[in-house]
Amino acid sequence: MREIAAQQITDTVRRLCIQANCHLPRDVRERITASHAGEPWPQAREILERIVENYEIADGNDRPICQDTGMACVFLKVGQEVHINGDVAEAIHEGVRQGYSQGYLRKSVVGDPLNRVNTGDNTPAMIYYDLVPGDQVEITVAPKGFGSENMSQIKMLRPSDGVEGVKDFVVKVVEEAGPNPCPPIVVGVGIGGTFDKAAYLAKKALMRPLDQRHPHPFYQDLEAELLERINALGIGPQGFGGKTTALAVNIETCPTHIAGLPVAVNINCHVTRHQTEVL
Amino acid sequence: MAITIHTPLTREQARSLKAGDSCLVSGVIYTARDAAHKRLCELVAQGKELLLEIKDATIYYVGPTPARPGEAIGSAGPTTSYRMDAYSPTLIALGETGMIGKGKRGPEVVAAMKEHGAVYFGAIGGCGALLSQCVKKAEIIAYEDLGAEAIRRLEVENFPVVVIIDSEGNNLYETGRAAYLESLGE
Repeated sequence: MREIAAQQITDTVRRLCIQANCHLPRDVRERITASHAGEPWPQAREILERIVENYEIADGNDRPICQDTGMACVFLKVGQEVHINGDVAEAIHEGVRQGYSQGYLRKSVVGDPLNRVNTGDNTPAMIYYDLVPGDQVEITVAPKGFGSENMSQIKMLRPSDGVEGVKDFVVKVVEEAGPNPCPPIVVGVGIGGTFDKAAYLAKKALMRPLDQRHPHPFYQDLEAELLERINALGIGPQGFGGKTTALAVNIETCPTHIAGLPVAVNINCHVTRHQTEVL
Repeated sequence: MAITIHTPLTREQARSLKAGDSCLVSGVIYTARDAAHKRLCELVAQGKELLLEIKDATIYYVGPTPARPGEAIGSAGPTTSYRMDAYSPTLIALGETGMIGKGKRGPEVVAAMKEHGAVYFGAIGGCGALLSQCVKKAEIIAYEDLGAEAIRRLEVENFPVVVIIDSEGNNLYETGRAAYLESLGE
């Protein structure tokens, strides 16, 4: 059994919090550049140019890309052959605490949803564990901003609503969000499972590189069709009009109950941030 | 060609701006998000003095990241404005003429803007690193306990914004989208 010290988890999470907030992933940058090339509306192109300028400033100076440095969503794939010495959850929270302090990141978490007092250190992190075969630990930190999180929705469709019902719901969510989530957006869609599982899948879909499509051809086509419909809405970058409303639609799916068709849509802004390290 | 604005922004100037105008704002603006707006409106309800000069003021909806040593401010892009909708009409009635944020506004805000003469500007969301370069000075003037949400007095230079909703209620989110879609049919 491989031993990993909790301290190593803390160090990694600290590093990933800072990295993710200051350096936009390559696939997202490439999608923004490609969208700029395909954007026919001059005002929209201009905004995309500012967006590129912004992430380049952030990247070159280790500055947060966006002032909403998010809630720290932390995804762990823990190998079954690994033993972690110490309290894993506390090690993660400590990593967030150190990362948000040392990286000059904004503390955006309140300790209670109704009695809203800032916790002052951006903890707790939102932690998701997966047990997997092997002796490694993979950690992904995805800081999630709430301008886009607030525009996300879930719906329990009827099986008879079928694929058309799914498409209409996804497009409706994006249209209702309009300019609020800072388009161009990334649309994470979770289909199937249970109420909570669909939401989890939608969040997970946002972690998938934008140049990687769903493995199944049926869902590849659905992703492409949804992106086309969304980019025909005309909302455009920042909602000022244009083609580039979304950079990508990523779908994740799961078996579900005979009576149900859960669909969750998790929206991310153009600052779709996540960084991963393997221990 | 961008319009140059020097704050304070008078009602007359606010009324002269039209949806879609690109502007560069220089001078003093104040920061406040929903938590600070709530407290300001509580002061108003109690008949107390506000902690900032609200007449002809422009409020920027932003919660910046902490400044590094030697810098005025951290990343500082706009937050979503609809969370301020419950409070903006009160401040507009007291003299606020400019709001900087991003995203849609409710009809109660637009009604107050038309009645009193105020304008809603958009700054590019998700561009906090870029926008922070226009902030030359920042100082907390109230509610330090709110951290990023404290009220700050900012001195800005050529801060780029676009008029989203003007004092006649014209809305760039509607006209911009319509103009783009129309261009596809041509």
